[in-house]
Amino acid sequence: MIKFLFDTDTWQEIYSSIRKNKTRTAITIIGVMWGIFLLVVLLGAAKGVENNFNKLFGSFATNSVFVWAQQTSKPFKGFQEGKSLTLKMADLESIKKEILGLEFVVPRLQDQALAVNDFKSGNFGIFGDYPELDEVQKMDMVYGRFINNNDIIEKKKVCVIEEEIYKQLFDKDVQPIGTYIKINNINYKVVGMYKKGQIGSGGPQGNIHIPFTTFQQVYNRGDDVGWMMITGKPGFDITQIEADVKLLLKNLHKVHPEDERAFGSFNLGKEIAKVTGFIKGMQFLTWFVGIATLIAGVFAIGNILLITVKERTKEIGIRRALGAKPWEIKRQIILESVFLTSIAGALGIISGGLVLMVIDATLGKGEEAALSNPTVDIPVILIAAITLVVLGTLIGLIPAHTAVSIRPIEALREE
Amino acid sequence: MIKIEKLHKSYPIGKGSLHVLKGLDLHIKEGEFVSIMGSSGSGKSTLLNIVGLLDGHDTGKYYLNGQLIENLDEKKAAILRNKFLGFVFQSFNLINYKSALENVALPLYYQGIGRKERNKIALQYLDKVGLKDRAEHLPNELSGGEKQRVAIARALVTNPKVVLADEPTGALDSTTSHQVMELLKEINREGMTVFVITHEEDIAAETDRIVRLKDGVIISDEKVNKKVTI
Repeated sequence: MIKFLFDTDTWQEIYSSIRKNKTRTAITIIGVMWGIFLLVVLLGAAKGVENNFNKLFGSFATNSVFVWAQQTSKPFKGFQEGKSLTLKMADLESIKKEILGLEFVVPRLQDQALAVNDFKSGNFGIFGDYPELDEVQKMDMVYGRFINNNDIIEKKKVCVIEEEIYKQLFDKDVQPIGTYIKINNINYKVVGMYKKGQIGSGGPQGNIHIPFTTFQQVYNRGDDVGWMMITGKPGFDITQIEADVKLLLKNLHKVHPEDERAFGSFNLGKEIAKVTGFIKGMQFLTWFVGIATLIAGVFAIGNILLITVKERTKEIGIRRALGAKPWEIKRQIILESVFLTSIAGALGIISGGLVLMVIDATLGKGEEAALSNPTVDIPVILIAAITLVVLGTLIGLIPAHTAVSIRPIEALREE
Repeated sequence: MIKIEKLHKSYPIGKGSLHVLKGLDLHIKEGEFVSIMGSSGSGKSTLLNIVGLLDGHDTGKYYLNGQLIENLDEKKAAILRNKFLGFVFQSFNLINYKSALENVALPLYYQGIGRKERNKIALQYLDKVGLKDRAEHLPNELSGGEKQRVAIARALVTNPKVVLADEPTGALDSTTSHQVMELLKEINREGMTVFVITHEEDIAAETDRIVRLKDGVIISDEKVNKKVTI
């Protein structure tokens, strides 16, 4: 068999058989090529969307929910509807005490601020944060550190800035750590800088983080909390936690239990599950369409070989009269089938890869990229390639069987 | 070499069957040059197919080279054909995308002989039929007579026991026919058993022994030329 595969004659036969039906061979090859091309491009695109999604949300703990206070929409216990609510630090303690399965409860304060460094200035979002924020929303530090417990306790005037702000407030190649910037006329020491990558909230031009306690004091917020980020421990349902937290808050703030508007929340886990589900569905669809097209293409190849075999009936008869054993005829046709499917597969994979490179170059660059790094894993390619060879062999069996099922005498008689 | 006893063969046609060979007895010794004469429908092609192991028989016995032929599957038949038999057909049956040399070498390919060796042997046989200089030509670049000579070279290349020729001159003009028959004679003189099927009297006349077939039975079996068979 090995000798057969490396025999010049074997390949010469295949070449001459293909040469006889150039157009039809090309068309059938395109069928299989299209199938594997679709598979590669669509899976690559799905991967690109998934990568992009991970880039956006990846830094967040996926089982987290954001909760903030709004206005009541139902009168309750003597209060009119439309009462403004504010979260308090005491609420946090209650939540931590009452609700099971919490990992972090991180309060945040938020405002807009004018930041000045020498002659450069800009309007940015300013946040009062605890060190725990780094746990819920991973900060990709470029320089320095994030806010620590000491900053909180001593209410230090320190700040952590986003790379974007650095670009606006500092000259190029100036080390920002240790310098002072003025935020609303108060000097803060820059202790860290992080890279954007998170879906930001607040100022469109970048965010500044200062210790939560400093924020409370400077902006005179008492023990108010702007909003909080809550993450659940693994194994606890974040949707249940969300409901429990809101019910507890309603209870604490004397809000009607069925008031849906009093507290707002954004369940990141649920949103992520939606998108992940969408991506999974897309991948499934891709596999389905790709494999189905592939099968159709392979059948077309089987069909063309069947026609070729019919046309070569006489030749096969001659060969058998000259001593070709049935298996020798069969393996030739099967090899032809495998060869055609493999060529088509290779072309499909290559062209799919090229298209992915074009997609990456055009759609995959910049901040607003629809997808990033669209790729197909090698194992996927291997699976597709193996599927092709197996299908090619199986489909080749049909014309191969036809070729030897005609008795040589009948084949010879054919004109 | 070829021994046939009470050979019967019938083909199913619709619900009934057509009895083609009705109890043939024939003995062809090694080195003979035999022709089977008969009009179309006499059963001569059927006989050749059975002798050539392209078709099976119903009852009776067939010995090829002393070996009783029975219960042949396709694989065994292919091996025996390759080893003992060389075929020459009326329509030459050359593979049209292969050169003369490749056509001649094809039976050796199925014997598993390497390419170089194959082409060397094939070239010797092409030389024998006088077509060495045509080795690289494709069949459609050859004349009818040349094609048939290539086919004869192909039949001889495995050094078989018997050459079976089915109307070898059927598609040729009389001059070329004569040349082909001369070639077959020459091969016979070198000791090869040659078995020709024809419906032309003058072709049969060039052989040593004429067996006449009519309606599935042998009506005559005569030695023509004075040549003594071994």
